[in-house]
Amino acid sequence: MSNYALILIIVAYLAFLFFLAYWAERKHRGKLVNNPYIYVLSLAVYCTAWTYYGSVGIASQSGISFLTIYLGPVIAMPLWIVLMRKIIRISKQHKISSIADFISMRYGNNRPLGALVTVTCLLAIIPYISLQLKAVSETFALVSSNNSYISSGILDDSTFYIALLIAIFVAFFGTQSTDASLGKRGIMATVALESILKLVFFLAIGIFVVYFLFDGTTDVYQKASLTENFQKLSSFGGLENGFNWMFTIFLSFFAIFLLPRQFHVAVVENQNINHLKKAIWLFPLYLLVFNVFVIFIAWAGNIKLPDTVNHDYYSLLLPIQEGNTFLTLLVFIGGFSAVISMIVVSTLALSTMVSNNVIIPYGFIKKLVEGNPEENAKNIKNIRRIAIFILIIVAYFFYILFSNQLSLFSIGLISFVIIAQLAPSFFLGLFWRRGTAKAAKAGMAVGIMVVIYTLLLPIVADVISPDLQITDKGLFGFSWLRPTQLFGLEYLTPESNAFLWSMSFNTIAFVGFSLMAKGNYRERNYAEMFVHNENYENLQEGAFVWKGEAYVADIRRLLNRFLGETRTKRALTIFNRKYNISEQEEKADARLINFSEKLLTGSIGSASAKILLASVSKEKPISLVEVLNILEENKETKATNKLLVEKSEELSQMASKLQLANDELLFQDKQKDEFLDTVAHELKTPITSIKAASEILEDDEMPSELRQQFLKNISKDTDRLAKLIHDILDLEKLSSDRTELKIRSGKINKTIKKAINGIERIAEQRKVHVVFEESDYLEGMYDEDRILQVLTNLLSNSLKFTDEEKGMIKVLLEEKEKEIAVVVEDNGRGIPEEDHNYIFEKFYQSKNQNTKKPQGSGFGLAICKQIVESHNGSIWADKTVTHGARLVFTIPKTI
Amino acid sequence: MSRKILIVDDEPNIVMSLEYAFKKKDFEVFIARDGTEALEIAGKELPNIVLLDIMMPKIDGYETLKQIRNNKDLNGTKVVFLSAKSKLADVEKGLKLGADSYVTKPFSVKKVIAEIEEMIA
Repeated sequence: MSNYALILIIVAYLAFLFFLAYWAERKHRGKLVNNPYIYVLSLAVYCTAWTYYGSVGIASQSGISFLTIYLGPVIAMPLWIVLMRKIIRISKQHKISSIADFISMRYGNNRPLGALVTVTCLLAIIPYISLQLKAVSETFALVSSNNSYISSGILDDSTFYIALLIAIFVAFFGTQSTDASLGKRGIMATVALESILKLVFFLAIGIFVVYFLFDGTTDVYQKASLTENFQKLSSFGGLENGFNWMFTIFLSFFAIFLLPRQFHVAVVENQNINHLKKAIWLFPLYLLVFNVFVIFIAWAGNIKLPDTVNHDYYSLLLPIQEGNTFLTLLVFIGGFSAVISMIVVSTLALSTMVSNNVIIPYGFIKKLVEGNPEENAKNIKNIRRIAIFILIIVAYFFYILFSNQLSLFSIGLISFVIIAQLAPSFFLGLFWRRGTAKAAKAGMAVGIMVVIYTLLLPIVADVISPDLQITDKGLFGFSWLRPTQLFGLEYLTPESNAFLWSMSFNTIAFVGFSLMAKGNYRERNYAEMFVHNENYENLQEGAFVWKGEAYVADIRRLLNRFLGETRTKRALTIFNRKYNISEQEEKADARLINFSEKLLTGSIGSASAKILLASVSKEKPISLVEVLNILEENKETKATNKLLVEKSEELSQMASKLQLANDELLFQDKQKDEFLDTVAHELKTPITSIKAASEILEDDEMPSELRQQFLKNISKDTDRLAKLIHDILDLEKLSSDRTELKIRSGKINKTIKKAINGIERIAEQRKVHVVFEESDYLEGMYDEDRILQVLTNLLSNSLKFTDEEKGMIKVLLEEKEKEIAVVVEDNGRGIPEEDHNYIFEKFYQSKNQNTKKPQGSGFGLAICKQIVESHNGSIWADKTVTHGARLVFTIPKTI
Repeated sequence: MSRKILIVDDEPNIVMSLEYAFKKKDFEVFIARDGTEALEIAGKELPNIVLLDIMMPKIDGYETLKQIRNNKDLNGTKVVFLSAKSKLADVEKGLKLGADSYVTKPFSVKKVIAEIEEMIA
């Protein structure tokens, strides 16, 4: 295939990735972008060109030991549900944007530590990136049938341009927002797609090799077993290899957590902590599927291409040999995808670390403090962009200078060994509170020095001057100081050797320093928050452990510089509202400091954010006891708040009940007043009448007839007075439950007849007809005297309101399921509609007193109601009747 | 000159005593059992005095007083409330509405007559 055609395909592919990233960035709310599968696929950035090509190379030379690199993550994944959950929670709480942030934050937001972690990562990852570039370059050469792997000049080298294009891509999509802790959805979408492509294309070549070049796996095995060395390739190789296996598994176990790109995709880009549930089974499955054909391609390569020195590229060379250009291209694109995704995510993560943990805190911070928000946002982005370009260019030069000496596999492993130096401070820091910043720095430094001595020195020495002989004879000629066989351990591979010793020294230094001296207050505070994260996961701003003095105005000015005035104002308004803080508050409290620190951390990293806030506040040391108190208090406040909310709800419910009760009481009180008024009025009326009449009777000249009339009036008014008093007392007695009912089973017929007999005389006088439809058998449970009183009352009312001669009163009985209903009907005036609901109310009449003078005492119906209700019955006026009145009451039936 | 008095009350026994007493003093006595009836008679007979109960069916004493005061023909008519409402607030309310006097029940017939004779003297 021609150079240009291949370049055209690469450019077209990159253009497609640009488009995809752009589209995903714009549709960032879409389900497609923010879903667990994208998360799992982006984790597969773990599989780089090393996996794609290097595994085959290793498998062809050393057998199945390539698997160790994948066994580590597979073993790690189940732990993720606990470990990664904790890491993600902490990171989200502290707005952490890289592993350097994470580790430095754990040790009290220690600036030098953050820088050291960054340097360690650079040391590990830049060679790794150059390894990827090397793969691009070499595969490009293979596919384009260009025989030289490296072009003579940089400007002629297509790899250089590819590297530049990747840098532009990362610089553009990686710096869309100044807040580095926000997700880069566009980039993640392309990473996910690339993960699919590299898997599918790698499976394609696997199937091609196994089923088209050979007759299935058995065929490959049988033919491979005839080649030399096969025994070694298909076995574990005894105890020595066992150790190598173990160490490599450890290495990859650490790498899946600590590689900046893995931390970035797994933690920083995690949109939803529940995505982990899918990741813990799907990601190992992805790795498994990816590795299914590796060993077969390796064997096939060994069989078909016995003379090739470049075992790494069997998967390309096989289709090339078969003349299958299409498949060759697919494999190339797959490998290219693996390269791009790794470089993109790695430079993204590294550039954030470089800018937030080194450039800004160590030099740029002053400029930022003076700048305005737009300039600052621009500056921060530019720092990151420049970092991206520098990283890729440095990686490119590293590749030009060194990569010729190294295979994909060895660069990969060196990278893993270096990154593993973060492990003691990272993992122990998560669970061991004692770990200090000094210890972390010491451990890391010692570990890196050991790696340099045991792993890098021999390589560099070989390149620079092969006759130095340190590798063979050891430093100063001490053979136990031979870098690759340190302390005389001879059966380990150089990488395992480096890993074992660097890890041992690192851990010993870390633990030793931690035990020797306690960290300062800040370290201890952050340690507490990281280690016992589960206690504080809901605390957030309020749990910030800080003591000191600061002014809101200073902080506001600071935030303005980085967020701009509108965002600052909005953020502070929300903050004030959330914690119920007055806008006029001058002094800033710990919560505001913490809130602001987090806001700034997203933009400039935690180290710089701390420096900035320290510049406007006077921090005072705070003891762990105080910290625990603050945290505890916060927890309590939370609990108390919850309790308070519940209580206040209860209280408001009670208050409304009280209000109701009070209204009721007020109403009753008013009624009582009105009742007394009415009683007084009603009593005064006959008294007035009596008094007036008796005065008049003093007149001797009064005719005797008239005198008789007045005397009769006096007598009537006296009766009325007596009746009134009796009724009032009766009602009072009934309503205060002081009466005891003598309830017996009785025939209601008899009682009604008695009542009718009682009023018969008056009815006859008024010529009102009283009819009773008897139902002889009905028996009820009632106090006869009281029910007689009710009946008499109802009958008297009817008598009063019916006209003479035409009047007709009817008493009926209705049997119901459990009660007897007694109906008293008449053809009199009836009850005015508006009075229907009130006629039985005890104090009701007083309300209408002005317009409607009650006849009689006016308490009759109220008394009836009391009596009926004390029998558990009810009394009502039938509203449906159009003519006259129909009053009904019920009493319980005898069972 | 004849002295006309209108007694407005829904209690026949009280009215009966007052009627007898005022007739004895040579008043021309008119009787109404509620406000409506009272206004009708007052408009026609233009009494010098109206004895007005407050709590009555249909139109109460207060309303009746207002309408009497609105009637220019009855400018010279004195109105005296006769009421069982004896609280100070009730008395004040009655006088504020424009009653010339307020007599609380139970009253002395003699005193009422004396007060009224003085009022129209």
